[in-house]
Amino acid sequence: MTDSSRRTFIKGAGTLLAGGLLPVSLVELVFAKTSDNFTFAYISDSHIQQISGNEFVRNFDRGLIRAVAECNLMDPKPDFVIYGGDLAQLGSKPEIDHGLEIMSALNYKTHYVMGEHDYYLDLGEYWESQLGPQHYSFDHKGVHFVILNSILTYDDWTHNRWSSGEERMGVMAGLDNPNGSPFMVGDAQRVWLKKDLDKVSKDTPLVVLSHSPLQKIYKGWNFWTEDAEQIQALLKPFNKVNVLYGHVHQIQYNQIGNISFNSAMATAWPWPYPSSFLKSASHVPKLTVKMNRADPFFERDATGWQFIDVNSGNVDVQYSLTDNKPRTVAFSDKKKQPQDTQYQDKTIPPQEHY
Amino acid sequence: MKAHAIKNMRTSHYAISTLLLVSIALFAVTLQADDFTDQDLKDWQAAYESVVKEGRAAFTDPDLGNNGVVCAQCHPNGANTHPETYPKFQKQLGRVAALWEMVNWCILNPLEGEPLEAGSQRMIALQAYIHDERRGAALEPGKH
Repeated sequence: MTDSSRRTFIKGAGTLLAGGLLPVSLVELVFAKTSDNFTFAYISDSHIQQISGNEFVRNFDRGLIRAVAECNLMDPKPDFVIYGGDLAQLGSKPEIDHGLEIMSALNYKTHYVMGEHDYYLDLGEYWESQLGPQHYSFDHKGVHFVILNSILTYDDWTHNRWSSGEERMGVMAGLDNPNGSPFMVGDAQRVWLKKDLDKVSKDTPLVVLSHSPLQKIYKGWNFWTEDAEQIQALLKPFNKVNVLYGHVHQIQYNQIGNISFNSAMATAWPWPYPSSFLKSASHVPKLTVKMNRADPFFERDATGWQFIDVNSGNVDVQYSLTDNKPRTVAFSDKKKQPQDTQYQDKTIPPQEHY
Repeated sequence: MKAHAIKNMRTSHYAISTLLLVSIALFAVTLQADDFTDQDLKDWQAAYESVVKEGRAAFTDPDLGNNGVVCAQCHPNGANTHPETYPKFQKQLGRVAALWEMVNWCILNPLEGEPLEAGSQRMIALQAYIHDERRGAALEPGKH
């Protein structure tokens, strides 16, 4: 098959897919000028994992390839894509390269967030050489976006405990490894964040993008950011604040004061809710209607990506789930919090059985 | 000593030995059934814990399967394995299945490896670890 005929085929298959899988319309606009309306897509946690040489774990490759293909079919098209972190499993050059090669098929500009799996081998050096700074901000159609590296930790843990980057990465890569260390944004970045936000008017909608939740859910699996309260305090003066995060491989949403929190699904594999681990207490937001318990017989079950509508200045997240019915978590103007548009008051058995 | 006397003595010796053996056996059975010591409890717990530890090692071993993926990647602390619900009906298998069969399913599929023997030390260790992490869950065989 030549390149051009392959493209034609994908386009044809895409039309069929689009009819079946992707929502036809997006939420109506609120901004004064129609040209200011926009959506963006959010892909996260692909965990591209090298077996050896050119061999990578097929399952995880497929998850990302599928998300990229679906994302390219969006109509209307997203203005850009956010990648939520953990492109690689062990942060190696071959893994990052392979992940970026798959991502290169995306038709949109992509902003990357650093995940711990991208970072702890070489402290983000290779990632940064390919993708640029680990934290920055930008403005888009009246919304201020902030990208943070929220997976830093104590210097002593990072620099003084390990014989090699591989060893350090191996420990941090184990979600439940008791020798890991809590994530944090850290002093330096918080100083930068304060300065950055000082320049922004308080009625500008904010979207803050981090890998770990900027709220404390369960420390044992780093569904956690150690300095979450300090960051929340910096976000408090703004009228409309949205925090979007990856890392948790599951649907979570919450409202703390003026801050709405939404998580992203992984393209690689789903995680159980920490509340299903009975030996330890956790704080899964009460507001969250859980995703369906994963059925291992379907490889892509409970994985997916999301597209996000910020037209009202509050984030509405549409979860595009490969093997499940789509979910929409939208900001309710009435209740002033994110809510599932279908399941908030009426859950189904797979959302409760863990 | 005369031959018959020797024979009698042997017989009586045999009888006494038998009696002794029987009583020792009886006594020993009694001991095994009811009496164990704190040391026994410690030893048995230690034996169990060492197998749980082996299970955790297998659960995080990139060589359990063939592609480097480990069980704990999807199941941190063994979560979402719900061992307390087995045996239960698996609709994809069309029958009631045991936990070890699902462990092998995972080794075959996401881990792209070869299944373990049901009674192998590694399979027992994996199940010990999975059950141990789920300590406290009420037994609910058949539950989905």
